[in-house]
Amino acid sequence: MSLRIVVAVKYVPDATGDRHFADDLTTDRDAVDGLLSELDEYAVEQALQIAEASGDAEITVLTVGPEDAKDALRKALSMGAHKAIHVEDDALHGTDVIGTSLVLAKAVEHAGYDLVVTGMASTDGTAGVVPALLAERLGIPQVTLLSEVAVADGKVTGRRDGDAASEQLEASLPALVSVTDQSGEARYPSFKGIMAAKKKPVESLDLSDLGIDAAEVGLGGAWTAVQDATARPPRTAGTIVKDEGEGGKQLAAYLAEQKFI
Amino acid sequence: MAEVLVLVDHVDGAVRKPTLELLTLARRIGDPVAVHLGPGAETAAPVLAEHGAVRVLTADAPEFTDYLVVPKVDALQAAAAATSPVAVLVASSAEGKEVAARLALRLGSGIITDATDLVAGDDGPVATQSVFAAAFTTKSRVSHGVPVITVKPNSAPVEPAAAAGTVEPLAVTFGELATGTKVVSRTPRQSTGRPELTEAAIVVSGGRGVNGAENFSVIEELADSLGAAVGASRAAVDAGWYPHTNQVGQTGKSVSPQLYIANGISGAIQHRAGMQTSKTIVAVNKDAEAPIFDLVDYGVVGDLFQVVPQLTEEIKARKG
Repeated sequence: MSLRIVVAVKYVPDATGDRHFADDLTTDRDAVDGLLSELDEYAVEQALQIAEASGDAEITVLTVGPEDAKDALRKALSMGAHKAIHVEDDALHGTDVIGTSLVLAKAVEHAGYDLVVTGMASTDGTAGVVPALLAERLGIPQVTLLSEVAVADGKVTGRRDGDAASEQLEASLPALVSVTDQSGEARYPSFKGIMAAKKKPVESLDLSDLGIDAAEVGLGGAWTAVQDATARPPRTAGTIVKDEGEGGKQLAAYLAEQKFI
Repeated sequence: MAEVLVLVDHVDGAVRKPTLELLTLARRIGDPVAVHLGPGAETAAPVLAEHGAVRVLTADAPEFTDYLVVPKVDALQAAAAATSPVAVLVASSAEGKEVAARLALRLGSGIITDATDLVAGDDGPVATQSVFAAAFTTKSRVSHGVPVITVKPNSAPVEPAAAAGTVEPLAVTFGELATGTKVVSRTPRQSTGRPELTEAAIVVSGGRGVNGAENFSVIEELADSLGAAVGASRAAVDAGWYPHTNQVGQTGKSVSPQLYIANGISGAIQHRAGMQTSKTIVAVNKDAEAPIFDLVDYGVVGDLFQVVPQLTEEIKARKG
């Protein structure tokens, strides 16, 4: 039986844009263009490499998000994923990580899976806890933050480069892995891939399709509450000097004045 | 007074600094109860007591070192059942955040990650977070269940506050998933003798302008003259000049030192996300238009290979 891989990806506001909060203190998704989170491209890439190595695998790419989030799915399909699931429901607006992991877990179970692959974190929320939450919901091991990953003989193995040590990890399938931006550059979609993606199936699901009560998600169902969000005051303009041969000494004098030396 | 669980981050009983910072924050909310898992509790307990732990719950088993994440979740869940805490605090390390996430689901709790400050509030602790590449500061609280909060290093001072620190064994029953993620081998990193990047008071970083792995010695010498940690931009790491563990930025470490010195770093959003909350920012860059100069308290437009060695020499001279 073929290896069933589900890649969970996120459609995020472009990090190079001027990101803001909406009046209800959720991320303003209208002000800045969205795209497939850069860190999730690495997840799609590693899923493709695992599939290529296995010779018999099917990759489903999954996202939860508004209508535009289909763009993220198209990108992943054009890179080579086989099919996609888009979970969209107005009731999802303002969902926190706990609720997101619930929706992802139900959708992953709906798809059927042996291996779930994610990026290390989103580039907007950046919490980096959804992989662990999803693994807990699914009741499977997590092998996360990998810079190298491989699947063979019903096991996933990988290398996790931590601060104190580099660890070689192993878990039996079914399992969840997350990969870092050190796992290898993501491929660019080819023209052929882009054309093929247009014909690949995208299944649209809402909360009732997944058997989720709307009260469990959204701002109302969130288990955290943002009380306020304030823009960081701009840093006051500093002193800029041009090095005329004494730049290092001038900088040292400044550091001494600030009591760093 | 209500108890606050603090998961101890340690290496064989040597307590890491972020845990002591957690104890400072925990004391604002209640009585800190430290949870020490794995070997070395007898070494750690006096240090934890000295920084405010009223109790130290300990458990040691091979599972804590041979398998990742879930054994610690099983133990913290047992500790939560034994204490009925008003909050659970965990350091924002890679494993810490994952432990906190799984624990939150088991406790039916909301989770807040990467807090940079924590105070008591009418409806439970209020956490400060820095978001959207530090462009915004938010204040949030957990509205469901026992708050589970992970806190970034350098978010609070380490304060001595002697307490009883009574050592008590914690009974832990491991679930089926505890042995799910096996550590097959572990290769410790060679110590550089420099401070931890995320914990350092001063960080000296190099970027594209350093132009080669061999040139990073210029950055390291400046760092050593100040007793600083060494950081690198993504461009420098992607080029293979410096290890990824030293990367500062969105996909690397987020640092908030007293002083950040950026050398040959343009200051793209990816980098700013990881250092923008530093107290004092200094930059050396030959491009006067580099966005890093929008952030600095003091900047030198010039060749880093001229400016930085001169700075290092001057610091050494001033320090005598």
